[in-house]
Amino acid sequence: MTLAALLATPSELTDTASSKCAIVLMTRIRLARNLAGSSFPGWAKEKQREKIFEACRDAVASTPQMKRSVSATVDELSELEKQILVERHLISRELSGAKSGSGVIISKDQAFSVMINEEDHLRIQTLRAGFQLKKTWAAINDLDTALEEKLDYAFSPTLGYLTACPTNLGTGMRASAMMHLPALVISSQMEKVVRAVNQLGMVVRGLFGEGSDASGSIFQISNQTTLGESEEDIIKRLGSVLNSIIEHEVNARAKLMENDAAKLCDKIGRAYGILQNCHLLSSGEAMNLLSLLRLGIDLEMFPDESRCVIDRLFIEAQPGHIQHTTKHDLESNERDTLRAEKLRAEFTNFAKPKFTLNGHN
Amino acid sequence: MASPLKCDLCSKPATVHLTQIVNNKVHKVDLCEACAQAKGVTDPSGFSLADLLLKASLSPEAAVAEGLRCEHCGFTQGDFKKHGRFGCPHCYETFKGMIEPMLDNMHKGTTHTGKIPHKALDRQSITERLSKLEGSLDQAIKSERYEDAARYRDEIQQVKQTAVGQKLTS
Repeated sequence: MTLAALLATPSELTDTASSKCAIVLMTRIRLARNLAGSSFPGWAKEKQREKIFEACRDAVASTPQMKRSVSATVDELSELEKQILVERHLISRELSGAKSGSGVIISKDQAFSVMINEEDHLRIQTLRAGFQLKKTWAAINDLDTALEEKLDYAFSPTLGYLTACPTNLGTGMRASAMMHLPALVISSQMEKVVRAVNQLGMVVRGLFGEGSDASGSIFQISNQTTLGESEEDIIKRLGSVLNSIIEHEVNARAKLMENDAAKLCDKIGRAYGILQNCHLLSSGEAMNLLSLLRLGIDLEMFPDESRCVIDRLFIEAQPGHIQHTTKHDLESNERDTLRAEKLRAEFTNFAKPKFTLNGHN
Repeated sequence: MASPLKCDLCSKPATVHLTQIVNNKVHKVDLCEACAQAKGVTDPSGFSLADLLLKASLSPEAAVAEGLRCEHCGFTQGDFKKHGRFGCPHCYETFKGMIEPMLDNMHKGTTHTGKIPHKALDRQSITERLSKLEGSLDQAIKSERYEDAARYRDEIQQVKQTAVGQKLTS
């Protein structure tokens, strides 16, 4: 399979069938692994990194999960290709800026990706649409076990999997969920939630990880610590934190509809109008409008089936994806024109909102 | 200047000239466009000249002066302070004294209780592990680190038991 074919296929996250979950957009787990006896990527010489890359790529490519996968080094990827892969959460921003001797292998369905020589020799990742912590863990655990048959992992009985950064020691696992929390944002409760979540040993980040903003009211919640707890325990703890966030979001939505229905309907109605009629649209604004429509779907103002359209557009409205639709290089304002055009087309035949449901007007 | 300056990293003509003063010491560096980009010189917040100089001209003597040094990869304690990352898996053994107090604040516990890569570990020869542990045990006894010695003794016991267990089951 070629990279071009992969990029032409919609992301795993836009899978129609699993786009049913109202609040959790996707579940993601990554494992950090290193080879015994080799310097970590940040410290290894280029020659060493190249050798490690080849050994890891061969081992990863031979697993059943990676049958018909695509592999590429960072040098082979264009800036645009890297950006698209970042927007699909298949590689990290760190990898896209990594030195040569680094690269990625992505499974055909884009559910698995393994970054080689990012911060660690291997960063194994599994993505699934919806709230699927247990299934995601089972899938990545299998891939990791298959790799272990071929690679000698650096492991200590007391410290667990040895990683370049001591914050990843132990399980080397970061499990995360991408959550859509518009009502908590609208009712200014996010700060409170972030604080509470931090106290429970979990971290809240923006859509694209560390340092990114939370456009579209989308947040990533993940475990902070990796040592001293088993993978199953971490997942269980994260799961219960996520469930309580879901509960808070549901309550916040109910409260908004009860106290401020006109304001909420106004926001959603205006978002619908802009998406149908805009001619210039930045990606930040697009994210926020799409977020409001997704909230409208959850509140039964639009048909349930349209949720997957929004989830697809969350990714396709990103700058790299917009640039990818055309051959010539776009300036930022041309991109905004093209984005507006694309979204206008998508929303021309989108069902009209029904604001009378649930007794509200 | 008669001849143009060369890039300190790749010896192409240098076009970026940077001077930084760190701890009252002047560091100067000349770089070509490409290396300057690659090293993030253009991003003043994320760039430390000291790091760059250290990586470009790290002499073994200079590193030893900074304290411990990993015998496997040459990483020093000073390097860790700069990067916040270690050099190789063996560094965790080398810098144990420094790491252990850090872990308490960083993690939920200090001992791994999760997945164990049994297949990978079984492959690594058990005798190799035993001889290494016995060496560490002798060292610990000699330097009167009895707590460490007791831990090594337990680990040796454990390894021996696993070896016997494997023979019985295979």
